[in-house]
Amino acid sequence: MSEEKSPRTLKIDVLRYDPNDKNDFPHIERFEVLEADGMTLYIVLNEIREHLDNSLMFDFVCRAGICGSCSMLVNGRPTLACSTLTSKLDAHITLAPLPLFKLIKDLSIYTGEWMRYLNEHLETWIHAKEEVLNFDKLEERMDPALADEIYELDRCVECGCCVAGCGTIQMKPSFVGAVGLNKVARYHLDPRDKRSDEEYYELIGDENGVFGCMTLLGCEDVCPKDLPLQSKIAYLRRMMMKTALKN
Amino acid sequence: MKQEKIDKVPAWLDFTQSATGLILALFIMGHILFEASILVSNELMYKVTLMFEGYYFFGETYPGIVSFLAAAIFILFIVHAALALRKFPSSYQQYKIIREHTTRMQHEDSSLWMIQVITGFMMFFIGSVHLYIMMSQPSNIGPYASSHRVVAEFMGPLYFMLLLAVISHAFIGLYRLALKWGFMEGKHPEISRAKFKLLMKAMIAVYIIVGLSSLGKYTYIGLTHDFSDGVKYKSQTIHMENH
Ligand code: HEM
Ligand code: SF4
Ligand code: SF4
Ligand code: FES
Repeated sequence: MSEEKSPRTLKIDVLRYDPNDKNDFPHIERFEVLEADGMTLYIVLNEIREHLDNSLMFDFVCRAGICGSCSMLVNGRPTLACSTLTSKLDAHITLAPLPLFKLIKDLSIYTGEWMRYLNEHLETWIHAKEEVLNFDKLEERMDPALADEIYELDRCVECGCCVAGCGTIQMKPSFVGAVGLNKVARYHLDPRDKRSDEEYYELIGDENGVFGCMTLLGCEDVCPKDLPLQSKIAYLRRMMMKTALKN
Repeated sequence: MKQEKIDKVPAWLDFTQSATGLILALFIMGHILFEASILVSNELMYKVTLMFEGYYFFGETYPGIVSFLAAAIFILFIVHAALALRKFPSSYQQYKIIREHTTRMQHEDSSLWMIQVITGFMMFFIGSVHLYIMMSQPSNIGPYASSHRVVAEFMGPLYFMLLLAVISHAFIGLYRLALKWGFMEGKHPEISRAKFKLLMKAMIAVYIIVGLSSLGKYTYIGLTHDFSDGVKYKSQTIHMENH
């Protein structure tokens, strides 16, 4: 193994700040970590916490791109740290917390509160509108292609990358963002959801909803789950226009 | 089921912004090509002018038609600008946020949007000047009259800026329009997006080259032509008594 290259020394600049510490202020701290084979940013951050600074805060649960907790700005772009290989990046890497969400400390943010509000506001659950629930009734059959399409949109892990990647929502925080629009598209497609077109229009037919989207496509390009955000937002825009036309 | 009346206005605002943008962009695509007739010959440019003044339809020229067309475009322009104004950053703070966001993200489509906002803002002023002159002096269009305007009346620099602004704005706009409404999205939206983006860049390049060449030709005529007997063009083939 004589031709094996000596590993790179990664220079990791982390934007650190503890909002609960009155004496703290946002500052950049540099850590140097020796790169290893197949290293992800999750491993890098753990190395730092274990060997260099145990006060560094960041979130992880699944380490496999499934839970959506580890979203952060990597070189300015939102992505999941656990699925980012260092070999794909320069030796100099900057990490910062996602903007817009509540900062807990350093790279740790509270997306849950924001997402919960969004889900309550958009009522992201099936509205079956049955008078009496009948547990013996068989569920209606669904066309497999449609089931696939819905499943595709259900893959959203609420990581918030699309929110951090959207210029519109940064400027106008009342905008629902791609994560919200994607969820609405998901229920709009679902035949079990009996909400009328007009009810959907009430939810997103304004400038805080689909008509506020300026098609910057930051969302589409940063979504770590590769959800078809662009085409689903276009779909909703057409549907909402149709609803406006027939009323 | 409760059935409230929905507010259709936001849908119509968005639709109208897109529709006016589309018509303006199609207009510009034609406009730059008609202007480029000067590259073929003065005679051809003169004939194009006559066509817009209705000569080939009525056997007589009515510059009023040009005024009318310019006014119609001006109205679309104003409606479009008014609607697009809703999207502008409306405070320094918002401007700073979007500026930092686009710098940090290094994301092409977000940066393209910034270009649209900046070129759109430029056109408030330079576009209005041009449109107003076309409305108020419709009969002063022709190979010599236009060249005179470019050089002696200092419209050259304004046309130069307007050309760069309007071409980039219009084709970025068309690209955005297609993605926004899912036009010709096909089975693989990411592939059609890449194609549209390539087409957008190619069209910007072609139109800027064509536009700059015509502007160069008008400037050349404006510098070299002897304007001592007026700016009217004397055609070799078409003779008009009352012209
Ligand atoms: C004062 C003049 C103008 C201003 C201020 C302006 C501004 C804007 C802005 C800010 C947008 C982006 C809107 C969005 O993100 O939703 C836009 C879109 C667009 N503009 Fe303009 N514009 C002007 C003139 C023009 C002209 C002359 C053309 C045609 C040559 C044009 C064609 C378009 C098109 C096709 C779009 C995309 C439409 C859409 O997104 O719905 N604009 N304009
Ligand atoms: S849509 Fe994509 S980027 Fe947005 S929250 Fe869901 S998974 Fe994350
Ligand atoms: S397309 Fe742009 S404006 Fe619309 S949600 Fe995505 S990032 Fe935001
Ligand atoms: S830790 Fe779960 S997505 Fe990264």
